[in-house]
Amino acid sequence: MLDLAKYQSMGAALKDALGQFANEVCLIESDREREKERLTYRAFRDRASPLAKALQDAGFKAGDRAAIIMTNQSKWLISAYAILYCGGVLVPLDYKLTPDELWQLLKHSSAGTLISEYPIWRQLAAAAARSDATNLKTILVTETPSNAPLHGAQHWEDFQRPGEPTFVPRHRTDIASIVYSSGTGGRPKGCMTTHENYLEQGHAITQVIAFEPGIRYLSILPTNHVVDFMMGFLLPFTSGATVVHLRTLRPEFVRDAFTRYKISYMMLVPLILKNLQKGLEAKFAALPKGKRAALNALIRVNRALTRARPRVWLSRRLLGQVHNAFGGEFRAFGVGSAFIEPATLQFFLDLGIPVANSYGLTEAGTAVSVNDPRAPRTDTVGKPLAGTEVRIVNPGADGIGEVAVRSKTVMSGYLDDPGLTAETIVDGWLMTGDLGKLDPTGHLQLFGRKKNMIVTAEGKNVYPEDIETIFEGLPVKEFCIFAANYIWPQRSLAGEQLVLALHLEPGRNYDEDLRRELTARNLRLLNYKRIHGVVLFDEDFPRTASTKIKRNALAERLAQLDRKTMILPL
Amino acid sequence: MRSLEQTTQEVLDLASKHFNVPAGSLAPGDDFFKKLGIDSLQALELLSRLENHFAIELPDYEVQGVSDFKTLAERIQSRL
Repeated sequence: MLDLAKYQSMGAALKDALGQFANEVCLIESDREREKERLTYRAFRDRASPLAKALQDAGFKAGDRAAIIMTNQSKWLISAYAILYCGGVLVPLDYKLTPDELWQLLKHSSAGTLISEYPIWRQLAAAAARSDATNLKTILVTETPSNAPLHGAQHWEDFQRPGEPTFVPRHRTDIASIVYSSGTGGRPKGCMTTHENYLEQGHAITQVIAFEPGIRYLSILPTNHVVDFMMGFLLPFTSGATVVHLRTLRPEFVRDAFTRYKISYMMLVPLILKNLQKGLEAKFAALPKGKRAALNALIRVNRALTRARPRVWLSRRLLGQVHNAFGGEFRAFGVGSAFIEPATLQFFLDLGIPVANSYGLTEAGTAVSVNDPRAPRTDTVGKPLAGTEVRIVNPGADGIGEVAVRSKTVMSGYLDDPGLTAETIVDGWLMTGDLGKLDPTGHLQLFGRKKNMIVTAEGKNVYPEDIETIFEGLPVKEFCIFAANYIWPQRSLAGEQLVLALHLEPGRNYDEDLRRELTARNLRLLNYKRIHGVVLFDEDFPRTASTKIKRNALAERLAQLDRKTMILPL
Repeated sequence: MRSLEQTTQEVLDLASKHFNVPAGSLAPGDDFFKKLGIDSLQALELLSRLENHFAIELPDYEVQGVSDFKTLAERIQSRL
């Protein structure tokens, strides 16, 4: 593993890694049972260099912004490396957003270059909002079928020039990427993340989770997300490890990848871990009675022998069949982003499969705290990473208060929004909006949120302001969307949902027509963004002098209502 | 060659079977996440079953953002 603390930029660290680990395999890409690509670090460099040279010949220079909208695949990482090599700023965007949302963020980011893949580009090119993003000069599209219209883009595969590109050094404090944590409907939150943020984060994580040649990381979280960018690119690549990409995320092919590629680590969201648990439980239940009893006995033995700390080698012997289903060399899952039941974590621990439950946010440069897989605590999100300070602001009698973070990993601010930056980073402390407390051993426990947002089991952050536009023009007097737990605070992160507060026009009832209209609009949202129910409120919403709704004041008034009876499910 | 109507009906029948809901209770315009109360992984399982039934491959990008049976049937039809 390279010592990331010594580097000035990600580009410099990656450049050295490609040389140092030249003969190791860095990347495997598989589409179902077909392996499409297997690249050594040398081959990876040979693919990226002509692209970097072509970018430079096209005028791409230090500080220029380049957006990537792609599913997880080799060309994502090759493109990212070429951009960083040229001193550029990455703008990784979530390919699951709608074309209009993507164009909005492309415009906000002022990216001059876009790299995408054909199925995504086909939809982007057809969207009316395309005309808004006038900054785009170079559009590169991968895997375009022959004779398919490119709509002003160029073939990624043909965009290459011979000759050695010039490596462009960057300083630690320079912006390395702009990652949007939200803001597709309202106020875009483009987190400006520096090279130092990434390098410090990487240095700290590897003190808890080891990467080295021979490690294989299965990358299924989108690479545009800070977690996969770190765990599925920067860390494995700067340690000579291998990243495995799958072009389809059907559960059966993900399962197959474990055994086919002898996976060591995988980061996932609670929904997928829960699904794996369900699958295993169903398999165990289907065993003949005698075998099931034997398995349960072995699980009990394993639990007793690994109670103090996981001993993966021992568990592999005791529960060989279970571990073989994970490839036999699996070391740990990492899970974060959203609430996960301790029972699910314990289920895997009992099988001798450690799960490193963690906590982080894009603004903090990925992780704030991580459970050490060698000694995980299922009731916590682990200890703060080395170099990261966590403080509990205004704790109550129970010790619970807002989690604040100070670290070299914290972003430098939100792009073009100094006001929001000042509200979020106060005296050098990142105010997370999450509620938690530190236990006597220094482990962080989370208990809910202070901020008006939810995180789904798929790890998606949803901010009410981002989805309100879909309800504009409703035949009601006024409306406002809230996270239900923001109105009615809970000491838990479980069961988060969004509700729509409605103030009807005088004399109008909440009738079937209105309900149908709401349902129809709700269905226009991506499924994880949908509101769960409606809360009727028969008073004028409190507003500022400029007629904006005072969300806090409205939430306080709604809190007087009974949550159980007032939410009408949609 | 199946018609789009036939394909749609077969999609609805398979979804009913897969998620154990009464035959005929699903309509082409239904949002399958909402109507069946399923998550994105369960939807992927349904896709695998549909692929086997129609003997096609549906790349993930083809069904990205699709949440109603009618559009799903159209995507399948285009690959038959």
